[in-house]
Amino acid sequence: MKLYLKFFSMHLKSLMQYKVSFILTALGQFLVSFTALLGVWFMFDRFQEVEGFTFQQVLLCLATVLMAFSLAECFGRGFDIFPRMIRSGEFDRVLVRPRHEIIQVLASHMEFSRLGRVVQAILVFWYAIPASGVNWTFDKIATLVLMVVCGSIIFFCLFLINAAFAFFTIEGLEFMNIFTDGGREFGRYPFSVYGEEVLKFLTYIIPLALFQYYPLLYLLEREQSIFYMLTPVLGLFFAIPAYAFWRFGLGRYTSTGS
Amino acid sequence: MSSYLAIFRIRFANSLQYRAAALAGMATQFAWGFMEILAFLAFYRAKPSAFPMEFSQTVSYIWLQQAFLALFMMWFFEAEIFDSIAKGGISYELVRPIDLYWRWFVQSSANRLSKTVLRCLPILIVAFLVPQPLRMSPPPDGLSFVLFLISAFCSLCVVVAFSMLVYISTFYTLSPVGVRIISAVLADFLAGAIVPLPFFPQPFRSIAEALPFAAMQNMPLRIYSGNIVGVHAIWGIGFQILWLVILVVIGRFGIKHALNKVVIQGG
Repeated sequence: MKLYLKFFSMHLKSLMQYKVSFILTALGQFLVSFTALLGVWFMFDRFQEVEGFTFQQVLLCLATVLMAFSLAECFGRGFDIFPRMIRSGEFDRVLVRPRHEIIQVLASHMEFSRLGRVVQAILVFWYAIPASGVNWTFDKIATLVLMVVCGSIIFFCLFLINAAFAFFTIEGLEFMNIFTDGGREFGRYPFSVYGEEVLKFLTYIIPLALFQYYPLLYLLEREQSIFYMLTPVLGLFFAIPAYAFWRFGLGRYTSTGS
Repeated sequence: MSSYLAIFRIRFANSLQYRAAALAGMATQFAWGFMEILAFLAFYRAKPSAFPMEFSQTVSYIWLQQAFLALFMMWFFEAEIFDSIAKGGISYELVRPIDLYWRWFVQSSANRLSKTVLRCLPILIVAFLVPQPLRMSPPPDGLSFVLFLISAFCSLCVVVAFSMLVYISTFYTLSPVGVRIISAVLADFLAGAIVPLPFFPQPFRSIAEALPFAAMQNMPLRIYSGNIVGVHAIWGIGFQILWLVILVVIGRFGIKHALNKVVIQGG
């Protein structure tokens, strides 16, 4: 952990050597999610509500997913260049070092320009938390924190699975994007919007709905049961198959030999 | 002319090599379009009267958008062109007896087209087979289809002409990342990539429809789906050609100016 922090400050310092480029990239990231937000606003300007959710309630959902995703991405982006590490043979060097390989992969690359999205998520929270009409008692606040924290862990696990595919294919797989980037894009609406089958899929297979839709129902007092408050914690079990898959891939790993 | 054709052929053959990537990409785009349509369906059920185009038109719009993603989306840039400007490879280009603007223009068009050829058909076939209300419908009549093809061609040219301006700006800034992201995001939004232009509230809709970005994917997709028909469609194509000429003139002027004072980085 201490080692990771050291790498963290190292990446931060090297980044600060290129301030203009950093600011422009962060601004670009901000704009990407800002146009998505604008799209949601245009839709609600016309339709007022969807599946019984108002604009402000949907914003709460959007900000949660955006925040969870950006936090996971800030730290987990090392997985993004992982296929490249495998191809270049750099991963062999990782394996002989006396530290856990995940820590090393993570420490190899960090993406701070994604902070543009974090800023946006905070701004949206700032507006939506009072405007959503939620009665913010202690348990509601705890639920929201759980949603963000567990959400980013689940996204993190998805990045891990995505990277583990590279053990088998050498190339990155574009298909997993539908769950990572897609999860962020489509998570702007509560997942029930997409119909029952999609909701079931996102509950039992890829548990994105566990930190988004179900606890949201608790926040809005549509469900009183404490179970709905704790569904994000249930989503953490997703880490087990994700990690198992990574270990399985690691066991099968044969160097590309360059 | 024949040298441009050769460039086109080489690029085209080159991109056709990556078939596995294309397959994974297709699956992603299909799933993406599917989710997009389900979201619109939820809004449609909430308040059908507020829907600015027919639902089936929206469905066709989204499937076409996914099928022709590589053709119309601004964010496909040629890393090679940025590199040749930033790293000095451009000096080789300059000694060749061929106009740089049109060389890059042809190269980008070929890459976009080859990516699309591989991907569009399977997506369209599945889109025509999925159950209603998600199924894609054919264009309203033969004339619309012909106009769609013409408009799609114009749209590709406008997209490439606009990205040329982004490449040329690299001569002045040398740091393409920021300019690239910002211009791509704004262009795609105003072209109706996130929400189709008819869904924009006034006055945003009127403003967006006058900008060059409306000459991109907005026009062909709405002509195909039957949202813009007859005389309006012909006017629309005229609008596309007008913006195409303006963008090309600006681009040619810009590249001439840049090349007059170009400093090659490194040796």
